[in-house]
Amino acid sequence: MTAVTAQGAPARRPNYKRRRVWGEMAALALAVVLIIWTLAPLYNMVMVSLSSHADVFSSNIWPSDASAVSYWIVLSEGYWYLEYFWHQYANSIYIGFWTVFLTLGIGSMVSYSIGRMRIRHGWLLTNAALMTYLVPASFLAIPFYRIMQSYGLGNNVWSIIAVEVTFATPYAIFIFQQYGRSIPFELDEAARIDGASPIQVYFRIYLPLMAPALVAVGTYALLLAWNEYLYQFLLLSNKRSMTVPVALAQFLNSDESPWNYMMATAVVYAIPPVIIYYLFRGKMTAGLTMGGVKG
Amino acid sequence: MASVSVIEAGRPVLGRRSRLRSLRGGLQGSEYAWAIAFCIPYIAVFLAFVVYPVLYGLWLGHKPALYLELVHDPIYQETVVNTILYLVIGVNVKMFFALLLSGFFMRKGWWVKGLLMIYVLPWAVPALPTFISIHWMLNTQWGLVNNALWDVFHVDGPGWLDTTRWLALGSVIVSYIWKNMPFWTVILLAGRMAIPTELYEAAEVDGATGIRRFVHVSMPLLANLYLVCTLLSTIFTLGDFNTAYFISGGGPALSTHVLATLGIRDAFEIARPELGVAAVLSALPLMIPLVITLMHKLRTSEVQL
Repeated sequence: MTAVTAQGAPARRPNYKRRRVWGEMAALALAVVLIIWTLAPLYNMVMVSLSSHADVFSSNIWPSDASAVSYWIVLSEGYWYLEYFWHQYANSIYIGFWTVFLTLGIGSMVSYSIGRMRIRHGWLLTNAALMTYLVPASFLAIPFYRIMQSYGLGNNVWSIIAVEVTFATPYAIFIFQQYGRSIPFELDEAARIDGASPIQVYFRIYLPLMAPALVAVGTYALLLAWNEYLYQFLLLSNKRSMTVPVALAQFLNSDESPWNYMMATAVVYAIPPVIIYYLFRGKMTAGLTMGGVKG
Repeated sequence: MASVSVIEAGRPVLGRRSRLRSLRGGLQGSEYAWAIAFCIPYIAVFLAFVVYPVLYGLWLGHKPALYLELVHDPIYQETVVNTILYLVIGVNVKMFFALLLSGFFMRKGWWVKGLLMIYVLPWAVPALPTFISIHWMLNTQWGLVNNALWDVFHVDGPGWLDTTRWLALGSVIVSYIWKNMPFWTVILLAGRMAIPTELYEAAEVDGATGIRRFVHVSMPLLANLYLVCTLLSTIFTLGDFNTAYFISGGGPALSTHVLATLGIRDAFEIARPELGVAAVLSALPLMIPLVITLMHKLRTSEVQL
């Protein structure tokens, strides 16, 4: 707990400098430990993806002959497990896109109605959303599976979109309501006096001013959809309708495990969310201080 | 919340009188229709995909015989112990280190900022690829961990996932901490940054430094946030399927299942959905108090989380 205050140097004592040096050394040691701890599984992922099949089943801790051939096999669908790779990747993107779009749309509409138009009994909806936020998604998987069959959405990517939207919207409502409090009501009133209809206020005033919250929640929804496995595994069984994580796990459970291809697939799948995460990191952190994210 | 109820109290009937109210409170006819229309998509989603599954789930698991069967099932008994260990050790160790590390990341300097960027990677990378990678790392013969142990110390590492229950469960918990600690560190870091620096300066003037500053300034201000984070994390962890499923897969000999994975196994591997639902519903005595506490804490915005 040697955190230095952000502003203003603390009063200096005679032994301050010596303590500072020791503090820096300890901090550096901790940094090295943290880097190893954080990067080990990621290093393993990249290392295996660059190894040849013989290297995977050896006691090397780095590839003896690194090559990107596994990536080429993944990208060119050159292995029977990967024959629908791009199709499955497109499914993941499709699910991610619609999850973001619908979560933002549904979430901002209901938040506008509750927070700005002050609909009666709006708090009931807020509570319903909050409760949904607190129910673990995996606990509803079994009834959900049955229900999707009865809705006729079995083996359909829209069943996944429905699931992701269901579990991302409560968070969206939560964040939008908190963020919406910072937008002055006078803006809405002025627009309405000038004759704007509620829908015009929604599109012209509410949405533009909510942009930071929209970005934070959109990123959250996309990462949620990209991370989710259980529902995709249960609801998508057809090779052409399944997504990359499901295919990856199927790989894992097969008798022969070409680990280098698997890890190359994993890396290709992991890159987009990491890029998006770093692009919108500032916005997301701002969102975090407004409300929690399902970790 | 308060302002809404005040408006409602002053507006018993939605009719002509509401037109006289200020634009801010009362909704006129067409506006009221718009307000309702804006809520309909969410209400539809909520009814179709939350209320219906919940009721259906409760109906599936309503028979007391199912719970008797579960209680007498040794796998279920082990699962309950695993779940409790997973929650108590996993969540608390993770939150404790997240609290300490959030203090560390308050340090100034470019390399601390850079380190934070690397440190949050486990959170940014999708869960499944990393868990599969860790699963392979822990392979007895060819995994990175045992290879490194051999290269550095010349000892044969144990079979992490396929020999004993405790090693496998420990691996699951460590993987869980690896994956989730960065997220909570960032949350607690944001909480720490929200503490006005004047408070620290005042404490400094009064002679409080190091551990005393933490005990008397940071801790009281972070306590509520820390509590809410721990409760939220407990409930999310209770529903965590991926970690146990991909690290140990419930093995060896079905001894490392947690409730979330056991429910799915019962429902889909041995094709008894009622039993799976019952396993999940048996977590309700823990979930209900957590949900009530959290709803209260989050709704009243005592905590800006």
